[in-house]
Amino acid sequence: MSKDFEIVIGLEVHAELKTQTKIFCACSTAFGAEPNTQTCPVCAGFPGMLPVLNELVVELAIKTGLALHSEIPELCKFDRKNYFYPDSPKAYQISQFDLPVCVGGYLDIDVNGQKKRVGITRAHMEEDAGKLVHQGDITTTPFSLVDLNRCGVPLLEIVSEPDMRSAQEARAYLEKLRSMLLFAGVSDCKMQEGSLRCDANVSIRPCGQKEYGTRTEIKNLNSFRALERAIEYEANRQKEALEDGEIIVQETRTWDEEKQLTRSMRSKEEAHDYRYFPEPDLPPLKISREWVDKIRGQMPEMPDQAQSRLVEEYGLPEYDAGLLTLTPENLSFFDQCLKEYPDAKTVSNWMMGELGRLLNQNNLEIDECNIKPSHLVQMLKAIEDGSISGKMAKAIFEEMFISGKSPALIIKEKGLVQISDEGTLLPVIEDIVKANPRVVEDYKNGKDKALGFFIGQIMKFTRGQANPALVNKLLKECLDRQ
Amino acid sequence: MELFELTLHELQERLARREITSEEIVKSIFTRINRVEAKVKAFITLTEESALQKAREIDTGGKYSGIAGIPLGLKDIFCTRGVKTTCGSRILENFVPAYESTASRRLHEQQGVLAGKLNMDEFAMGSSTENSAFFATHNPWDLTRVPGGSSGGSAAAVAADEVPFALGTDTGGSIRQPASYCGVVGMKPTYGRVSRWGVIAFASSLDQVGVFSKDVRDNALVMNIIAGHDPLDSTSAAIEVPDYTSNLDGDVKGLRIAYPREYFGPGIDSAITQSIKKALLKYEEMGAVVEEVSLPHSEYALPAYYLVAPAEASANLARFDGVRYGYRDFEAENVVSMFSQTRAQGFGDEVKRRIMLGTYALSSGYYDAYYLKALKVRRLIANDFAKVFSDFDMIVSPTTPTVAFKLGEQAGDPLTLYMNDILTVPINMAGLPGMSIPCGFEQGLPIGMQLIGKAFDEATLYKAAYAFEQNTEYHTMKPDLGVK
Amino acid sequence: MALTIKEVEHVALLARLSLSEDEKKRFGEQLSSILNYADNLNSLPTDDIEPLTHILSVNNVFRTDEIKPSMGRDEMLANAPQAENSQYKVPKIM
Repeated sequence: MSKDFEIVIGLEVHAELKTQTKIFCACSTAFGAEPNTQTCPVCAGFPGMLPVLNELVVELAIKTGLALHSEIPELCKFDRKNYFYPDSPKAYQISQFDLPVCVGGYLDIDVNGQKKRVGITRAHMEEDAGKLVHQGDITTTPFSLVDLNRCGVPLLEIVSEPDMRSAQEARAYLEKLRSMLLFAGVSDCKMQEGSLRCDANVSIRPCGQKEYGTRTEIKNLNSFRALERAIEYEANRQKEALEDGEIIVQETRTWDEEKQLTRSMRSKEEAHDYRYFPEPDLPPLKISREWVDKIRGQMPEMPDQAQSRLVEEYGLPEYDAGLLTLTPENLSFFDQCLKEYPDAKTVSNWMMGELGRLLNQNNLEIDECNIKPSHLVQMLKAIEDGSISGKMAKAIFEEMFISGKSPALIIKEKGLVQISDEGTLLPVIEDIVKANPRVVEDYKNGKDKALGFFIGQIMKFTRGQANPALVNKLLKECLDRQ
Repeated sequence: MELFELTLHELQERLARREITSEEIVKSIFTRINRVEAKVKAFITLTEESALQKAREIDTGGKYSGIAGIPLGLKDIFCTRGVKTTCGSRILENFVPAYESTASRRLHEQQGVLAGKLNMDEFAMGSSTENSAFFATHNPWDLTRVPGGSSGGSAAAVAADEVPFALGTDTGGSIRQPASYCGVVGMKPTYGRVSRWGVIAFASSLDQVGVFSKDVRDNALVMNIIAGHDPLDSTSAAIEVPDYTSNLDGDVKGLRIAYPREYFGPGIDSAITQSIKKALLKYEEMGAVVEEVSLPHSEYALPAYYLVAPAEASANLARFDGVRYGYRDFEAENVVSMFSQTRAQGFGDEVKRRIMLGTYALSSGYYDAYYLKALKVRRLIANDFAKVFSDFDMIVSPTTPTVAFKLGEQAGDPLTLYMNDILTVPINMAGLPGMSIPCGFEQGLPIGMQLIGKAFDEATLYKAAYAFEQNTEYHTMKPDLGVK
Repeated sequence: MALTIKEVEHVALLARLSLSEDEKKRFGEQLSSILNYADNLNSLPTDDIEPLTHILSVNNVFRTDEIKPSMGRDEMLANAPQAENSQYKVPKIM
């Protein structure tokens, strides 16, 4: 974005709450079931059916509100949001309109060292809709199939203030929100399973202008990367449109991942008057201060607290601590390593470095991979006591990741113990040195590459297992003797 | 006397004494149904075979208590497992639920025997049963007249001795008004007294399940069974159900009865006003204290109701979209036209009118002026009643402004039809229990007296109704259908 | 309070009811007359009155988070006008 315009972004995030049953009926919420095997007349909107509220949904909503520093009003209620769509069986969604469960709040984010506080407008409970399956694209499919398994899954819709000013800030907000939801234990936050969904409201305005520009809503953002790219694309599209003298139409647009652009979803037939009115089938909720206090007392450590703890207790840089507290699983892994191996920076480096790389490449979460904290610890101790080199450790680590075997077993099976015995190394070094008199000459003439050549040969011969520091020492001594 | 002429408690006694069997009762009522149904047309669906089968099973078991072995009818608004449930509408013409409403399940568990599903105004919207998509029901007292609505089939079936009792629903008077027109006892209990689960919803904050019967004792017997908390209905009251038959002793000494002047105005037939006034004198004779009161906001109840009820209905009926059940227009090329055409073809005029009225009242720009305003007026109406009930035990009024009108007479103007509910609607708006019992005749047509009680005080209504009934003959009178 | 044809069309669209020209006119008139009657409420001052949204003064009606068996797929689809692959089938969206 040029210096003339600034981007204004607000995010609406829907998180599936981690309950076993749906919000208004006792059907399972488990992901991936065969179509229409987790429905009943209630969630499928059959005649005569009535909703009954799952208490755990309210508890998780309150928990989230507390984590977001929101106010939890004493009274909240449900309302009907009326609209027709094949995936909405009652043709209304039970949601919360004017008296939501959480009001206000904030989330602190960090973008490349810059801290920022993003305001939260509100969070409310609502039920999810079903799933429509098309043949190909929604615009060309001759028919659609409806699976209602997801209907009635409890959602918490979290609306941010339009406080973000760049795609990076938006991404940081979403990442932080996700962390927070994971730490609070209220959602699985699996974007690829749809348990965390994000829509972005994007507008631009000339720098210095107080009024907001017209905003568009972007849907179908299935990854952090898509969020960033879509915002950048849309802001740019709006800028070019304004520069061309066009006006921005307030509309819903979908992100096309393939073509990397946003497309209008505007349908001329759609008149979005939701005609909200209080849900007569559900009595209002009175949320006592005792209940809120009880939930507050049961809150686990939140990412910000954990991050501070890591910085204070272990002197880790904030950046490191931030990554380690991205998910509770990360933190737990770290904490467990630290119990046996108190070098926080080293553990952190390995987790962010090698482990992070392998997890990303293989699309795995830390608790899904084969490496256990105890194994990493074992490996680090082996490096420390010199039985393996740092370089060997990398290879061993990859094997640990693939096979799940302990470092001790891998070292044993592959005979990978580092050679740190002078008696073993010296003959090898002397042989190689004697076999390359020209290079010895180069070395004596001050050519640094000569040393590298010898080291390379020695490592090759010892299959990388020679202790590098010892090789250096012995090699220099040997060359000096020539 | 034929078995079909007997009351529920009379049948109960004979079964208990092993004088008769359930099968004999069921056969008797189906004989009656075969004789009179062509004239009355109360039933949409008859379940003779399964009724006989259940009766035989009960006879084999040999245990008779409560309603065991006794046939009953259900307004076709109650979802019955495996039995077609149409709600009087083409859009559900072939709908067979895989689940049973709580109220009918309780009757079933007590070994009640379902004789069939009864005709009604489509989606309970109407006061004559002429809005049924299938056919009109005829008042057994005069076959050229309406039985009332929306539970017209239920009222007529009981009046015609086709079943000893039936369930109905009441949103603005749909039990009390037809009970009044057909000369039977109709009770709409307090909102929340009986579960609405499995009852096809019209207006969620107004709908209540209730009972039609030949006399007060029967009604209390059935209410004992269906009333009570249901965890499946978040609006059902967790308040204990007393034994409604325990207070039927005829004693109303000291009972404080109020009659609201607004319910005795010029719009009410003078014969009806006189009949109620006579009934009030009777109560005084029996030792009750009777005084006139005012319910000052009465005239606003009907217009408020005709905003609240359609608004809720517009949302409740939106699920009928042709996707998962019911009628679908297969000619439609896309989903939006499928919705619009399915609903246009599946719903009758009155339903469409109310859906549109309700949609309008909730729509952007009109919500405050219409729906919200109506809810505020609702509180004023409820407050009126609360004030009277701080000093009285019961309120009495006529149930309807006129006796049963002729079929087709009021078909032209919707507003005229709505006026039939003017005396019953305020009770639904306040969520209070209301009952209609026969208390006279105007030119051979039954007049009903409405008894209104405090919330969850059905017991007082049953007590007072019983006292009146036992001191009069109306409950013994039956229409002459020209057959035996 | 007379509804224009345009207003009738708008409401019919919101309610997904397709109406003939004749119906639009007829319903328009009938709705206008009912709304006129409802306008009687305007003479009642209600600024300080709390709307009555729920009859019973009950709060917090809950159930516990325990799974109960769902209804079988075949039973659920038994009344479906059209189904394929155990899903409800509908014509194209656009």
